[in-house]
Amino acid sequence: MTDATIGSPVARPARRDIGLKRRYAAERRFRLYGVGAIAIGILFLFALLFSVVSNGYSAFWQTSIRLAINFDPAIIDPQNKRETDPNAIVAANYPQLARDALAKKLGVDTSDRQVSRQLGKMISDGVRTQLRDMVLADPSIIGTTRDVWVLASGDVDSANKGQIDLSVDQARRKVSDQQVKWIGQLNADGTMAKRFNFGLFSFGASSRPETAGVGVAILGSFYMMAIVLVLSLPIGVAASIYLEEFAPRNRLTDIIEVNINNLAAVPSIVYGLLGLAVFIGFMGLPRSAALVGGLVLTLMTLPTIIIATRAALRAVPPSIRSAALGLGASKMQMVFHHVLPLAAPGILTGTIIGLAHALGETAPLLLIGMVAFVVDHPTTPLDPSTALPVQIYMWANEAERAFVERTSGAIIILLVFLAVMNLAAIILRNRFERRW
Amino acid sequence: MIVAIILALGIVGFVIGRRRAASLQASGKERPHSRAHYHGWWVFILAVLPAVLFLVAWSVGSSWFVASSIRAALPAATVESPVASENLAYGMVQALARGLRVLEADGVTGLPATFAELQPLLAARGVALAADTRDYMIPLAEHLNAMQNAASWTGALLAIVLAVGCMVAGMRGITLRSPARNKVERVILWLLMASSMIAILTTVGIVLSMLFESIAFFSKVSPVDFFFGTVWDPRFAAADATDTEGQFGLIPLLAGTLYIAFVAMLFAVPIGLMSAVYMAEYASPAVRRVVKPLLELLAGIPTIVYGFFALVTVGPFLRDLSAALAGGVAFIQAQSVLTAGLVMGIMLIPFVSSLSDDIITAVPKAMRDGSLGLGATQSETIKRVVLPAALPGIVGALLLTASRAIGETMIVVLAAGVAARLTINPFEAMTTITVKIVNQLTGDLEFTSPQTLVAFALGITLFCVTLAMNVFALYIVRKYREQYE
Repeated sequence: MTDATIGSPVARPARRDIGLKRRYAAERRFRLYGVGAIAIGILFLFALLFSVVSNGYSAFWQTSIRLAINFDPAIIDPQNKRETDPNAIVAANYPQLARDALAKKLGVDTSDRQVSRQLGKMISDGVRTQLRDMVLADPSIIGTTRDVWVLASGDVDSANKGQIDLSVDQARRKVSDQQVKWIGQLNADGTMAKRFNFGLFSFGASSRPETAGVGVAILGSFYMMAIVLVLSLPIGVAASIYLEEFAPRNRLTDIIEVNINNLAAVPSIVYGLLGLAVFIGFMGLPRSAALVGGLVLTLMTLPTIIIATRAALRAVPPSIRSAALGLGASKMQMVFHHVLPLAAPGILTGTIIGLAHALGETAPLLLIGMVAFVVDHPTTPLDPSTALPVQIYMWANEAERAFVERTSGAIIILLVFLAVMNLAAIILRNRFERRW
Repeated sequence: MIVAIILALGIVGFVIGRRRAASLQASGKERPHSRAHYHGWWVFILAVLPAVLFLVAWSVGSSWFVASSIRAALPAATVESPVASENLAYGMVQALARGLRVLEADGVTGLPATFAELQPLLAARGVALAADTRDYMIPLAEHLNAMQNAASWTGALLAIVLAVGCMVAGMRGITLRSPARNKVERVILWLLMASSMIAILTTVGIVLSMLFESIAFFSKVSPVDFFFGTVWDPRFAAADATDTEGQFGLIPLLAGTLYIAFVAMLFAVPIGLMSAVYMAEYASPAVRRVVKPLLELLAGIPTIVYGFFALVTVGPFLRDLSAALAGGVAFIQAQSVLTAGLVMGIMLIPFVSSLSDDIITAVPKAMRDGSLGLGATQSETIKRVVLPAALPGIVGALLLTASRAIGETMIVVLAAGVAARLTINPFEAMTTITVKIVNQLTGDLEFTSPQTLVAFALGITLFCVTLAMNVFALYIVRKYREQYE
């Protein structure tokens, strides 16, 4: 058989063109589309992260000026009545102290009103509370001279970070040429420096960017997360155990199941409307309170947690259940002593992911009055507070350049929180999850 | 506080109950029915559960009773005028009562009898009161506080008595043969059941709350004007000017919502679907392990971050780009349908890709093998066999994604603009239902004006639209899944 073909002199027939080339080209093209789609997705991801980080990393450093401040009794307490009237040192003209110190440092004559005003604008207004708190804490420093780091004003900070275009005519930018010269002078002798911005983490709301921080917002978010965790974990787990292990197959169970799946897909803003009408309108809870925010987010997170918990319970093999029942455990004992501990890692992972979602949620919180200018740190969940994403929303609406930087900084903080939570979830899953 | 006392009582009950049962079991010859700690738990439940339920009922009942008796004591002149002003008067009394409590806590004695003298006292402590608070309200407020105190004390006392009573009764009932475990388990089962009912309660709460407010809205603005009106101009009028009625036309908002969602889907569907296909059919496990989490990162980023990205990066970029293309005049506005749609599309990519990925992987391998065996290339197999087989599921997934696009809020609040207009130019700003809900409800608000109530009408519209899409999508996905199982 084979011999015959080898020896045959007949030329092979030309291959029929069945379009293989074309088809392979189409194959390559199709593959390329796939790669392209993924590349675009990842490109967007990096563009987003790059935009946030490049805008926001500078928010973690804040320009400060080291001043040798002379706590001059003639300015703090000109009528010398601080012994009798405690209000005297509260209402004193502290910015004047800082202004004088700066003038001395720069060797500027403060009698010129124009120059004096420009000088005053170098220093943040936050210096008033800063120096006042120093004096209130220790009245004996009156009359002495101390080295104090004070915050530079927001515009000076932006100029020092190179965010203000200095080629523009000085009438149309927020720092004057004189101030730029001073900034250079202060930087040269080390009096002005960019220091780590602890204030970003501790301050409350402020209309001045240099003294605005996410302290209140972090606290508010923390309260809310605590409430969500305390409420949604037990309720979610209880509901899932009932649905997965005990519920009879009937109409009601079906309705509950369909319901939970739908609730998971309800737009989050609808939960805000629910919270406004029920918790604030009907129950009379205070607006802007972390408690209300926590309750709303709990309702929103519950479906996620229930779905994750049910999946975790379902993953526990039936043999475990049979073994427990066979040894004489009641059904309740089987669930709580055997199934639940085995499902715990999966449940916790789902809970953490649900919490992370709740932490980033903004829309429902806008409706229950979390958009509030809160200066004081809330001490209980009933006090007015804001939340981290809401603070970002409020800052995003501010026009000043320094607020763009702070907004991005706050976003970085939020993303770091989320990353930590998700990382915890992943570690938990890899460590403890069992494959059956 | 009172709850803490009851809980403490419960714990005491648990300890005593368990010890009692244990000693019974140690001495008795009969086989015990339940282990000792079940008896303890049963006593705990008896002590805590009725008392807590009673407290809840008591506080609801007593606050209703106090409110109605104070309302009855309001002078007839106030009551005869419309309901709103009675509510107003009652609100003032409540505010006053809260203020008096603050005074009490500060140790102020000898209350002045007139409001004019009282106001500075309260203002000094940061309690702001309505200016037209009347003198007759002061005794009423004191009365209110007294009644509230009395109610809470009686309630607390009764609850403790109830807790102790039930606890003692429970301890008496401990015998060797009493089925404590069954009783405890039955209570737990009820608790589990009650938890699962919360899902239903939430839905009912959503529907009822929005329905009530919407009905209030539709009593002021006709539904026809709302659903078919083409002008949105709610006019934040001064509180007392009633003649400046706004116009509440849904059409421009609905059009904006659908348009932006459509643009978003235009970006998200091809990218998401193609990456799902690649990931499910071509990618090696190693690539999959890296790329899949990266894409899912996009889903984990909060929407406010996308909104900010659109506001400071994408919007200005598109505007400058269009300016460069057109030679100076930007034809794309920074806040536009395109900006919002593009950024929302980015957000939706992971939803489309992970949902479709699941569905494509669920297509049985035999179908692929058959096609490949007949000589089709891989892409032909995907296009002619896998995707058609997965089509119903993918449609379901796309519907779910679209419903998310419609309900999305933060991106459009920051990137789409607030101008409600009807246009087909994607380079201009349009607004959405969600944006208007936020706009109408942030800031000071009164629950009675149509300007705020309209948000609930918008909300229920949004809820119904997304619900219909979700139900339909879940139905398709479920049906499809059954097909291949």
